[in-house]
Amino acid sequence: MFGFGILTGLIFLPLVGGAFILTQDGNSQSGAGNIRWAALLTTLFTFVLSLVAWSRFDPTTAAFQMTESRSWFGEGLGYRLGVDGISMPFVLLTTFLMPFCILASWETITVRIKEYMIAFLVLEALMIGVFCALDLVLFYLFFEGGLIPMFLIIGIWGGKRRIYASFKFFLYTLAGSLLMLIAIMAMYAQTNTTDITVLLHTHFAASMQTWLWLGFFASFAVKMPMWPVHTWLPDAHVEAPTAGSVILAGILLKMGGYGFIRFSLPMFPQASEYFAPMVFALSIIAIIYTSLVALVQEDMKKLIAYSSVAHMGFVTMGLFAMNQQGVQGAVFQMVSHGLVSGALFLCVGVVYDRMHTRDIAAYGGLVKRMPLYAVALMVFTMANVGLPGTSGFVGEFLTLIGAFSANSWVALFATSGVILSAAYALYLYRRVIFGVLDKPSLAGIADLSVREIVLLVPLIALTIYYGVHPGPVLDASAVSVAELVKSYHAALDLTKTALLLPGH
Amino acid sequence: MSFSFQLAHALPEAILAIGALALVLVGALGGQKKSWIVAELSMALLGAALLACLFQPKASTILFHGLFIDDAFARFMKVLALTGSLVSLLFSLEFLRVNKMDTFEFPVLILLSSLGMMMLISSNGLMSLYLGLELMSLALYVLAAFQRDNSKASEAGLKYFVLGALSSGMLLYGASLIYGFAGTVTYTGIAAAIHGTASIGIIFGLVFLMTGLAFKMSIVPFHMWTPDVYEGAPTPITAFFASAPKIAAVAVTLRVVSIAFPGIVPQWQQIVVFMSVASMALGAFAAIGQTNIKRLMAYSSIGHMGFALVGLSAGTQQGVEGVMIYMSIYLVMTLGTFAAILSMRANGQPVENISDLAGLGKANKPMAFFLAMMMLSLAGIPPLAGFFAKWYVFVAAVHAKLYLMAVLGVLASAVAAFYYLRIVKIIYFDEGGPAFDPASRTLRTVLAVAGVFVLAFWFYPAPVVQAASLAAKSLF
Repeated sequence: MFGFGILTGLIFLPLVGGAFILTQDGNSQSGAGNIRWAALLTTLFTFVLSLVAWSRFDPTTAAFQMTESRSWFGEGLGYRLGVDGISMPFVLLTTFLMPFCILASWETITVRIKEYMIAFLVLEALMIGVFCALDLVLFYLFFEGGLIPMFLIIGIWGGKRRIYASFKFFLYTLAGSLLMLIAIMAMYAQTNTTDITVLLHTHFAASMQTWLWLGFFASFAVKMPMWPVHTWLPDAHVEAPTAGSVILAGILLKMGGYGFIRFSLPMFPQASEYFAPMVFALSIIAIIYTSLVALVQEDMKKLIAYSSVAHMGFVTMGLFAMNQQGVQGAVFQMVSHGLVSGALFLCVGVVYDRMHTRDIAAYGGLVKRMPLYAVALMVFTMANVGLPGTSGFVGEFLTLIGAFSANSWVALFATSGVILSAAYALYLYRRVIFGVLDKPSLAGIADLSVREIVLLVPLIALTIYYGVHPGPVLDASAVSVAELVKSYHAALDLTKTALLLPGH
Repeated sequence: MSFSFQLAHALPEAILAIGALALVLVGALGGQKKSWIVAELSMALLGAALLACLFQPKASTILFHGLFIDDAFARFMKVLALTGSLVSLLFSLEFLRVNKMDTFEFPVLILLSSLGMMMLISSNGLMSLYLGLELMSLALYVLAAFQRDNSKASEAGLKYFVLGALSSGMLLYGASLIYGFAGTVTYTGIAAAIHGTASIGIIFGLVFLMTGLAFKMSIVPFHMWTPDVYEGAPTPITAFFASAPKIAAVAVTLRVVSIAFPGIVPQWQQIVVFMSVASMALGAFAAIGQTNIKRLMAYSSIGHMGFALVGLSAGTQQGVEGVMIYMSIYLVMTLGTFAAILSMRANGQPVENISDLAGLGKANKPMAFFLAMMMLSLAGIPPLAGFFAKWYVFVAAVHAKLYLMAVLGVLASAVAAFYYLRIVKIIYFDEGGPAFDPASRTLRTVLAVAGVFVLAFWFYPAPVVQAASLAAKSLF
């Protein structure tokens, strides 16, 4: 339409919905209803449109597809969009999770509903943009722009320490990203373009790669988040409203991993190889240390937040193993974690809406009053642990294989993290669901409502479906990842031969 | 070259000069009752000068015995400065009427000050530089103290005058040193006299010259006057101080260093780098503790001038282009923010505490939204216009291999983001005090236009970027 492609449509459709909501009166009963439905329909339409894009997507080629290119700022900066096998799953994940966020906020958000829905729709547009952008500056625009709505979501609709959490979230991420911005500028200064497709085939000098890599790392490590710059995440998660946590864990964290795959690994292969041991070390610390920290948490959301950090440790480990299994496993792990952690936050939201506390100690014996809830939480807990048959297993297994062939010690330590994750997840489940239902406040707690069932059933289905049939995600990314791995090792071999040749 | 041809190139200046003198007469004959006519006519004159700038002949011409130049760069900067003056005057008229200060001298002073800026922007030699600077500054001193029964305003005016006179003296001293060692006052003549290596006298002169200009731009370490003057002066005048004179000072600095001293880039580069980094850092840290929004904006402007100088320190055409884009966007953000500050009135009285903004997010949604966007844009968060301003200057710095400066700069902007966010926090997260009086249509329009500009700049940046690129070429 108007000479724009389907990806532009995906980015702007949520904004159109947001513009419509802007015209509604949020204070009246009917207006608020309109706003909710408009937001839900917008996200559903966006999801359908992304399915259309998915149907047009050709998984047999590593090239970027559905590309669009327009002049924008002149001199190298362009409005360029496109997807490949690595970004397509993330686009779908984003559009898929958004309707759940809207539904999760259906009854819980009562104040400033209009601003809330607009913030979410703007956030959706920006997140889709991150995964579609084929221009570094455009990418940065979407990447950083997402901070604004998320800052408002945490700060306005968050919990008690929302202001502290929102500032910490914003400033942490901003400081990291600004260093990436300098790296982007340095790349632009050298190549005079910010076209990602060109930069993917540009060779940067080894000394420069080191600095560029560090610049990008500063941003993505914070976003991931990797130990030791993960501390903003538990705060942000705990204070954010349920839907905010879902988005944060489901999609925003994936931007870091996506950034590593899209930029750090293919553009700076030598630096990646050089820093891989450091990333492995940080990943292992993240996996083991944050799992231990998760064990002692008293707050459900905080526990899941720490478990997210641990799971992201598997992702970075798989990525820097830099072989087919590792990278594909990392992509899968991110998609799976997006579903599972999002679902876990929804589950916490379910009981939080009833009891208004996230203290694990305030619950116990819920299975007696909430059998359906117990089943749902069981599925997601198992997926979080990485039980075979759930999607969590596939990602962890593949990243571990990848890590094993790269460095068996890394795999050894990481596997011990799997055990720890079983410990904290099952411990959480036992304390919340099992035991005696002796707390008087829980005596009247109701099981899942229809809305909540609608919310959780698709996620359960998908978690199990991907657990037994991971093909769709793996096939989509296979060719792109193979190409990435191939060119990465080709670039390394090239420099190695260059070193061996006399006269160099 | 015929005189009439020369005048065509100096038409905007001629309009303002003749118009201002005529308006003094109108005011003097008509008395204070006719001050509104003077005000309206002043607006018209500024508008006419703006149009004249836009539709001037495109060729680059040097007039008046080599002291005045009309080129694309001058036209670009004049459009910015005149826009700043025009909008500030618009702000002032209403403010003065409400505060019973509507005398005819006020708009005339703004006209004269604008005339000084235009001379400054078009100066092609040290003589016209000094003349323009003094004409601009003298009018500004009076404007700062215009609310003469207000002790803060008098203090602001006096402080500004004393420090301004000192800086003028330094500038004059530097100019005379340069003249003494180069034997000429025109920029091109100075550049020709330097031949790659400059004598110690020229470098001394350059340092003093930069000192004088840094004072006008409120660059660290010559920024001390800024917070007091910003706080003490009537708010529309603060808006004026923050916009038009800054643009003129930046413009003349760009021109002097690019035309007169391109041969000794390393000599002035280190000065500019230091001033830039110091300004960014001070702007970021000193603003954190402020409670008065005008003082906060003063520190914010110090920081922003530091960012603008990042582009200059590159010493390249790309850098100059970056500074020009920066100043365009800075102008819009500043005017928009001051429109919001002027709208902060409760029970007929202006309020200036940042905490008074609490609850604005519920009480006045459009104003809250646009002001929040201004703050985020000032912080340089994409996709707002402020990000692109920073992008262009920092790209130039990185291109010139000033990596350390770029890193320090972005870290300063991360610190600065904190206090801009604090305002957003107060607007949206805090529960409110009493609501503000409804703002006038003028203020609402300016705020909305500025808000749409910063929000939509990324959508269609070509006009500003291309004009700046064209204008920057004329300096190289």
